[in-house]
Amino acid sequence: MLLFTVLSVSLVFIIGIGLYYKSIPVLQNSTWWHLLTSSVWKPLKGLFGFYPYIMGTLWVTGIAIIIALPLCVLTSLYIVEYAHSRVRRILMPFVNLLSGIPPVIFGVWGVLFIIPLIQDHIAPHFVEFSTGYSVLAGGIVLAVMIFPLIVSIINEVLRTMPQELKDASLALGATKWETVKKVILRKALPGIIAATVLAISRAFGETIAVLMVCGNNAVVPHSVFDAGYPLPALIANNYGDMMSIPLYDSALMFAALLLFIIILLFNIISRIILTRLERRISA
Amino acid sequence: MRRRNLEELFFKFLMVLATLIVGGSFFLIVGTIFYKGAPYMTFDMLTKIPGGGFYIGKEGGILNAIIGSMYVAGGATILGLIISIPVAIYINMYMDGQKFLANTLRMVFDVLFGIPSIVYGAFGFLIMVYFGLRASLLGGIIAVTLLVIPILVRTLDEVIRTVPLELRDAALSLGSTRWETAKVVLRAIRPGIITAILISFGRAIGDVAAVLFTAGFSDNIPTSLHEPAATLPLAIFFQLGSPIEEVQGRGYASALILTIVVLIITILSELLVKKFYKHKS
Repeated sequence: MLLFTVLSVSLVFIIGIGLYYKSIPVLQNSTWWHLLTSSVWKPLKGLFGFYPYIMGTLWVTGIAIIIALPLCVLTSLYIVEYAHSRVRRILMPFVNLLSGIPPVIFGVWGVLFIIPLIQDHIAPHFVEFSTGYSVLAGGIVLAVMIFPLIVSIINEVLRTMPQELKDASLALGATKWETVKKVILRKALPGIIAATVLAISRAFGETIAVLMVCGNNAVVPHSVFDAGYPLPALIANNYGDMMSIPLYDSALMFAALLLFIIILLFNIISRIILTRLERRISA
Repeated sequence: MRRRNLEELFFKFLMVLATLIVGGSFFLIVGTIFYKGAPYMTFDMLTKIPGGGFYIGKEGGILNAIIGSMYVAGGATILGLIISIPVAIYINMYMDGQKFLANTLRMVFDVLFGIPSIVYGAFGFLIMVYFGLRASLLGGIIAVTLLVIPILVRTLDEVIRTVPLELRDAALSLGSTRWETAKVVLRAIRPGIITAILISFGRAIGDVAAVLFTAGFSDNIPTSLHEPAATLPLAIFFQLGSPIEEVQGRGYASALILTIVVLIITILSELLVKKFYKHKS
């Protein structure tokens, strides 16, 4: 039992060390800084610049958070503060079901629904031509994927808000919305931040759904209607060639290492905030 | 006064709208998949492996991928359980005096849970290269096992924590060892274990990034651990990439199959959880 426990916990370190070990060749060839800021991607010449991929990831994740966060905060506020508890009992099972849907299905939905929507109805208002395969499509699909995560965490946080606090504000003559705005949201802020950080790290690593809708063009996107090429998609798309070109496998493992480090940090930060919150409330 | 009430009304409207969007997105997704997939659903899809020319729109089905996915998800869940049950028991029953350490371990598993499947896939690929394995059913099972261990550990952990302390104390006071007590606890949480299995299986069957590198793809049903295995999500992905309409349609139908399987699993586990907690309180 102790053995299994130690082994499975040390998985974190083993993954990190394994990926780092494999990235050494590409790191010897070039520096961290250069790998992260160069946009030249010529595997045959041994040049690997991750900048466009990092920007692709940031764009898609940013759009997803901008869409999902306000919607999820409003939804959670409605469910917890305003609506009859029946609404929660009806809605939450569907949110849970949504979280169970596999990424590839989100991808198929993106191709069938979001892409035509952007191509025919949204993009024509802003740009001359768009195929629909864009960072916006990736962002929307990702936003829907992280709905359940954010809603369930913020729900938990809001439900732990002390009733006295709300009563005090209402007794002073504040309207319900003023209470929400000035008391509840302020008090719940750490929880909302933790949820956001966790959602960002989920969005960062999401592979297949984003890959299917965001065009996979290795340039830095300049508008939401441009195609992007996020890091996970880069790994997934090129695993076939990576053994035949020298350093290529090392570069892809470096991409995986990068994802791993960022997500590890984000996860640890949000977990620490959430644990603190839990402790403060139970104390 | 009027401005305040207006503001109240405005935000309430926004909230209802947001709730409708969040709740409605589930129906939108499932609806779209049904609408596009149902016309291409045939009995052959479920019962036949791809025939010659399947990928240019001729005869066949995706039985290979359905069975392959069952093997991968089933194998990974079983292997994951063998590892996770002892871990969950250890954290809960053998670390009495070390609450801080136990909570740190829980956090580590939460963090592991947050690591994306593409990283597990890449790491699984490293392991395979290290041991000289080629893309195979075994490789897929290994990568997906890594993916489901944190899920299983955290689910089992939550379940074990619902077991009343009195039960453990009673067993211990009767002179049983900690391991014998653990067996009593395991019996008490049997429905919880089934829930954990369902959750893990549902996650494993739908994941693609972990099997992409490791399980390979094949038109045949694997007969040994060393043969490559097709998986349902990858089959969907490949068929959707085809320019031929018929093949794309089958991709939608495959997506429908996967959606139905996963929905059934999720609903079952939700019902079990509800029953389990009702029974407890």
